[in-house]
Amino acid sequence: MKYAFFPGCVSKGACPELYQSVMQVYPKLGIDLEEMTTASCTGAGVLQEKDEKLGDALNARTFALAEQQGLPIMTICSTCQGVMSQANHRLINDADYLKNINEMLQEEGLTYRGTTTIKHFLWILLEDVGEDALRQAITKPLTGLRAAPFYGCYIQRPTEALGFEEHPDRGKSLERIMEILGADVVDFPGKTRCCGFPILTINKINSLSMVATHTQDAKSHGADIMVTPCPLCHLNLDGMQSQAAKQEHTTIDLPILHLPQLLGLAMGFDPKTLGLTRNLISPKSALATIGINL
Amino acid sequence: MQTTLRVRRFNPEHDQPSSYFQDYDLEVNPADSVLDGLIKVRETIDDSLALRCSCRGAICGSCGMRINGHAALACKTKMISVASEGETIQIEPMKNMPVIKDLITDMASFWSKIRQIQPWLQPQGPPPTTEYTAPPQAMQHLNRVMSCIMCGVCVSDCTVLEVDSQFIGPAALAKAYRFVADPRDAATRQRLENLNTPGGMWDCTRCMECIQACPKGVGPMDRIMSLRTKGMAAKIPATCGSRHAEVFTDIIKHKGILDEPMLAVRTFGLKHVGRLFEMIPMVFQSILKGKVPLSGPLHKPLTSIRHIQRLFKRARKKS
Repeated sequence: MKYAFFPGCVSKGACPELYQSVMQVYPKLGIDLEEMTTASCTGAGVLQEKDEKLGDALNARTFALAEQQGLPIMTICSTCQGVMSQANHRLINDADYLKNINEMLQEEGLTYRGTTTIKHFLWILLEDVGEDALRQAITKPLTGLRAAPFYGCYIQRPTEALGFEEHPDRGKSLERIMEILGADVVDFPGKTRCCGFPILTINKINSLSMVATHTQDAKSHGADIMVTPCPLCHLNLDGMQSQAAKQEHTTIDLPILHLPQLLGLAMGFDPKTLGLTRNLISPKSALATIGINL
Repeated sequence: MQTTLRVRRFNPEHDQPSSYFQDYDLEVNPADSVLDGLIKVRETIDDSLALRCSCRGAICGSCGMRINGHAALACKTKMISVASEGETIQIEPMKNMPVIKDLITDMASFWSKIRQIQPWLQPQGPPPTTEYTAPPQAMQHLNRVMSCIMCGVCVSDCTVLEVDSQFIGPAALAKAYRFVADPRDAATRQRLENLNTPGGMWDCTRCMECIQACPKGVGPMDRIMSLRTKGMAAKIPATCGSRHAEVFTDIIKHKGILDEPMLAVRTFGLKHVGRLFEMIPMVFQSILKGKVPLSGPLHKPLTSIRHIQRLFKRARKKS
């Protein structure tokens, strides 16, 4: 199972622990990665506010590069996944538009034929690695750890572009992985809602209200930790949690783990090698309850 | 098929009004709509159940409600699409608006926000002798947004309204786009400037709940993004929102990848330097924890940056 690996800006920037943890776990899952070092940022939906067509051209360039390699793309960010899926949906469903975008790629000698598959690591675990191989890789089941899922909007909506019709289980894939890893899944209403990160610079009060609402809600449903496949959600839910608690005049203290960090723990990796000391809300006491020392 | 409709009830005339769930067991045709089921309940089991409905064909926009946690038109939602044999379907009133009784909500604030965007054509010059006309191709791009039936479903699922009732919301913003992008309207700049205020177009968090929920394919959030694009193109006064998009795009143009510290510094600038200072404790904590960019603190440009910059040039030419 070889993929063109698209790490995304944030896993190489403000969330290096995400890159670090995925680098630890993937070789033991039968996955082979070739990192796309010349692909640009997806635009994260922000560049698209300025110019959607430019965003589609940048992403078509990335798809064409993967097509040249003959590989599907693996992402580790809900936002990268969603933005790329939406761009691909527009490109492959409008031949004239694709032709127009390809004219822009011509100068670099690239053409996108519309055959690239883009898959988040979360989906790869279930659809490509498979439950049996995943179970075999687990050496330390996370029994007793109460974990709440938090998806990130871009990997939940719009379902049409994300291929939910063909893969209806994608909508509940995070819970499924957590069950396989042995954790107790804590269901709560906010798991598919917005973390507030996109409006952090625009309306900080609303953004922090969203952080506080979802983390408090997960805690009140009994969660020891929260798990997300989106580094942008992580930046807000982990990085801004103490400010959110201050705004709401409370304490929250809910550790937020990246999906590969949770997976790595179940695979028996030392938590330090998974970058868990880099999470701003320390998971030390939550992990101690299941006998993992950080 | 056998199903149970679990309906959230609320009677304001009760001595101590509070909402509660009531279960109704039903034998239904799987192809029936959820609205068919509710009408059956009202006609055969409990005539006190209050709900709005009229056309039963997804045209009038009366029967918006939450079905298994997400807002939808009850008349357009088939039983079989939300439950299998023997499963329960949970039905609640729409969110982000007060409940009058059972499944009926008070949409006063919805209509007030629609009125706020002045949903009528504001052309310039003396009125024509016949009607105001536009060639069909100039109106084609408005087909989807003009399909809006004002059902309130997008407002119900809006994540921003959940935390801030002052946000104008997806329905009003989609309606605003319908006039901003109408070639016959002459108040474009004024409309965009009105939407450029707190609670306006920049407060949307891009969660796409409204796109997913809309029963008519209006895609409210896509229309909000188009309003932002038009606002920046018209060079209306900059906000933190527009600067964020402008700076983000400029960074990708020069580096190919995002430089988060640069994005924050340039977005806030001297005008909002206080917001930068507020970030200092978090930045220090991140550095102490070793959250240092793997690409180096200065985020070197990609080796392929020339190709990326050519794409920027070609995109500018094409537009």
